Amino acid sequence: MVKQYETVIGLEVHVELASKTKIFCGCSTAFGGAPNTHTCPVCTGMPGSLPVLNKQVLEYAVAVGLATNCEITRFSKFDRKNYFYPDNPQNYQISQLYLPICRNGSVEIETESGKKQIGIHEIHMEEDAGKMIHDESGNFSLVDYNRSGVPLIEIVSEPDMRSAEEVIAYLERLRMLIQYLGASDCKLQEGSMRADVNISVREAGCETLGTRTEMKNLNSFRAIARAIEGETARQIALIEAGEKVIQETRRWDDGKGESFTMRSKEDAQDYRYFPDPDLVPVLVFEKFLAEIKDRQPEFREAKMERYQREFDIPAYDIDIITGSKHMADLFEETVALGAQPKKVSNWLMVETLRLLKENGMDPEDIRFSPKHLAALIKLTDSKAINSTVAKEVFEKMFAEDIDPEKYVEDAGLKTVSDEGALRSVVEEVIANNPQSVEDYRNGKEKAIGFLVGQTMKAMKGKADPAVVNQLLKELL
Amino acid sequence: MANIISDETMEYVGILAKLELSDEEKKAAAADMGKMLDYFDKMSELDTTGVEPMSHVFPIHNVLREDVVTNGDDRDAILQNAPAQKEGMFVVPKTVG
Amino acid sequence: MDLLTMTATQLAAAIKEKKVTVSEAVQAVLAQIEKTEALYHCYITVDKEKALERAKEVQKKIDAGELSGPLAGVPVAIKDNLCTEGLLTTCGSKMLGNFVPAYSAQAVKNLEEAGAVLIGKTNMDEFAMGSTTETSFFGVTKNPVNPEYVPGGSSGGSAAAVAAGECFFALGSDTGGSIRQPASFCGVVGMKPTYGTVSRYGLVAYASSLDQIGPLCKDVTDCATILEVLATHDEKDSTSLNRNDTDFTAALVEDVKGMKIGIPKDYFGEGLDPEVKAAILKAAEVLQEKGAIVEEFDLSLTEYAVPAYYTIATAEASSNLERFDGVKYGYRTPDYLGLHNMYKKTRSEGFGAEVKRRIMLGSFVLSSGYYDAYYLKALRVKALIKKAFDEAFAKYDVILGPVAPTTAPKLGESLSDPLKMYLGDIYTISVNLAGLPAMSIPCGKDEKGLPIGLQLIGDCYKEKNLIRAAYTYERAVAADVCANTEADGNGKGEV
Repeated sequence: MVKQYETVIGLEVHVELASKTKIFCGCSTAFGGAPNTHTCPVCTGMPGSLPVLNKQVLEYAVAVGLATNCEITRFSKFDRKNYFYPDNPQNYQISQLYLPICRNGSVEIETESGKKQIGIHEIHMEEDAGKMIHDESGNFSLVDYNRSGVPLIEIVSEPDMRSAEEVIAYLERLRMLIQYLGASDCKLQEGSMRADVNISVREAGCETLGTRTEMKNLNSFRAIARAIEGETARQIALIEAGEKVIQETRRWDDGKGESFTMRSKEDAQDYRYFPDPDLVPVLVFEKFLAEIKDRQPEFREAKMERYQREFDIPAYDIDIITGSKHMADLFEETVALGAQPKKVSNWLMVETLRLLKENGMDPEDIRFSPKHLAALIKLTDSKAINSTVAKEVFEKMFAEDIDPEKYVEDAGLKTVSDEGALRSVVEEVIANNPQSVEDYRNGKEKAIGFLVGQTMKAMKGKADPAVVNQLLKELL
Repeated sequence: MANIISDETMEYVGILAKLELSDEEKKAAAADMGKMLDYFDKMSELDTTGVEPMSHVFPIHNVLREDVVTNGDDRDAILQNAPAQKEGMFVVPKTVG
Repeated sequence: MDLLTMTATQLAAAIKEKKVTVSEAVQAVLAQIEKTEALYHCYITVDKEKALERAKEVQKKIDAGELSGPLAGVPVAIKDNLCTEGLLTTCGSKMLGNFVPAYSAQAVKNLEEAGAVLIGKTNMDEFAMGSTTETSFFGVTKNPVNPEYVPGGSSGGSAAAVAAGECFFALGSDTGGSIRQPASFCGVVGMKPTYGTVSRYGLVAYASSLDQIGPLCKDVTDCATILEVLATHDEKDSTSLNRNDTDFTAALVEDVKGMKIGIPKDYFGEGLDPEVKAAILKAAEVLQEKGAIVEEFDLSLTEYAVPAYYTIATAEASSNLERFDGVKYGYRTPDYLGLHNMYKKTRSEGFGAEVKRRIMLGSFVLSSGYYDAYYLKALRVKALIKKAFDEAFAKYDVILGPVAPTTAPKLGESLSDPLKMYLGDIYTISVNLAGLPAMSIPCGKDEKGLPIGLQLIGDCYKEKNLIRAAYTYERAVAADVCANTEADGNGKGEV
């Protein structure tokens, strides 16, 4: 009989926090600077430099801990993790091993097989490493410390997941919570959210855990799913062949669809953690905790319920809009400016989603402001522009966040509904399309649609189609 | 209790500390280390049951910075002591195969 | 008027009264360096031109009334593990033999703001690891009292420079006695303040939880004055204290009536040189005569301080010195095969024997399987030692004892047996473990003519008790010398 195996998965998720400055110094965390232009003695490990903790980092970490039902550690410390690598300027990383800021949390995920709690072992604060650039031709690498010291939290789950589907549901759940908190934009591709996956397999029904491996370099949901599949198969094959799984870190190569060991004889994997004597303990008091609790946003579930109560929009729309904190904020702020909820929702659901998809963007990347969307809706409500023009204006707004009123005015896009101005155009259309005119007169009602279209074309879309229709009927 | 530091231990500590000693140095260092550890073992005479390890002498806590950018571009100063640099970056031996 | 016999505060006063110019003071020091430096080798770097230039700037500010502090215009020497912007900072190591920092240590900035003129950087044991200044890559420093002897360490260059008149005062750092012991060996005053009193920003770390910057100087008045300038809260150092009691000169009072002084019996046992013992007990008598209540007591745990200290210090050092890897600054080996070989060769060639010894020991005590037995155990012993001091300070204002078991050893006699060398720190290291302030002041000489240092230890934040006791002692001894001089007319008094 063929043995049945179960895959046991735990995740270590690194999230880059959205603070303006690094975790231990006043350097900017902004992307895109020239190499080493966002550095100082502290984040380049200069002799004599000392770290001082960024308050915002602590607040974000505690906020994420609260959102994931963690116990907040009242007496927390930083430890040094010692290992040599050039992207790590001190050759130790400041992290938290012994007393992490959050522990014992959980989040609920929902997959096709139902709801499930995923335990969170701990969340700790730490610093990111610099970036290595490998010269293709030469025998050297280059180090840029702009990212060195960017704040991270590492969310360590319990080994509670059993499939790629659960892993992805868990990651999406975390991403949603953290985005709602504004603590990070959580982009896998850009590395602001990174998942290392611990995988082991065991025979179905077995109580004890098998030996696990840690998979790194997973920068898309697809890569994660493929890596889990690949590693499960690799481990089962080893076990079936009577060999042992070695506890190690492996690098997933998504192009090759294979993982490779990262071990080297120069790595002892003995990090000699000890409390960092340059940093003092972090004490979390009730008052601080209460302030952070007060600032916690309305999370998605609560928002969905409220939308159902307050706005007359379909459940499907609510699901999509609240799926992104940014989109939900945009929706609410536009409605607050007086736009009808259903109309705001329509713009988001149809045109916005279409343009996001066409441009390969996330809802977080939407740039237009609630003020401008409300103005556009007002222009259509008052029939100042028709729907064709509105779509054109919207595209412009989506790309550049232009002011629709000003744009319509400047480009002369206002609808012409004045009969006098339209009459001559309609007369011309009738004169130029005798066949359609005859068809209409012979009882082909549909022919009028063609004539309306021709008129709109002649008017470059700026006419009110209803007025055109009426005029045509009158003149025919 | 005498601590004998094996060649393997010296090798291992060498990997951790990124130090490569000559055989002669290694021998001397192993002897010194054994002697020091014997001496360190004196601490085990003391009963420290229930004593919290003390990292900091003073009860200072929550020394926090506001999240405000205070550093500008100081790249030239950061790179001025680099043994090797190229295109505004530190040069190291190639780290991937 | 021989400028060099003046103390730092006397010099500043003379400059203020326009009896001396800053340039004259700097030139006097440079002339002395010219004369004696070849023999003593107190400095790694002397920045003559910048010092002369700076002297003019400071003089202008003094004349304009912009600078009027008690150190304005005074030439100072800085230990070479304190970063100085634009000036070589080597830590006595080949590893940093070419390192020019782009920033200055906060302590150095404080002195510069007070108008002190930086003369140069003093020699030291490599990365402050040693007690003789013989582990410096840049050669040994000799004791100006007798050049056949070591000046002590690790701030040996600073102590010797003060003793030789090659500066008016100096900064040192003290991790296990590195200010107090060389002060004692060279016959100058030195103080290690309460941990956190002086910012460590810009001090190249040896053992972060134990390191503290402090002055080496000519007398107690200078000591209090300098400390007052150094002691500021620094937001760049998380362990910096925000104190509002740093008016140390207010404690320059000749009065110890009713002060309770404890003499730990543990500090007078086996290994203590009888001449040192006699000098210390005599100093205690002087303070008793001045009205202090002096009694002996059992401090306990002294014998466990050395192993706890070396466990913690080497562990922290092994981590602090990881950053010296040939990537960002300092030495890089010329020939290597790949990254790890570069690391290993750079570090093996860049560090000296003592530093490597301590790094290896520290890496070992932190390694998997030994962390609890050594490192955590040492932190527990530290807690007990702190408690023992707390109990002592419930009874006494000041603890009095020797700085070192002997006077300065001869050059070349200490390094052969590391354990023996480490035991020489037995009276100084507990102070660092417990974060306490302590001072070394001269209290006589042995029959070879080598200075003996008296150590005064205070409770945390109680530098003023030390200053008051030390000042009272200093005045009493000076008065004695005057009396003797009058009596026998040859002035061969001590101190």
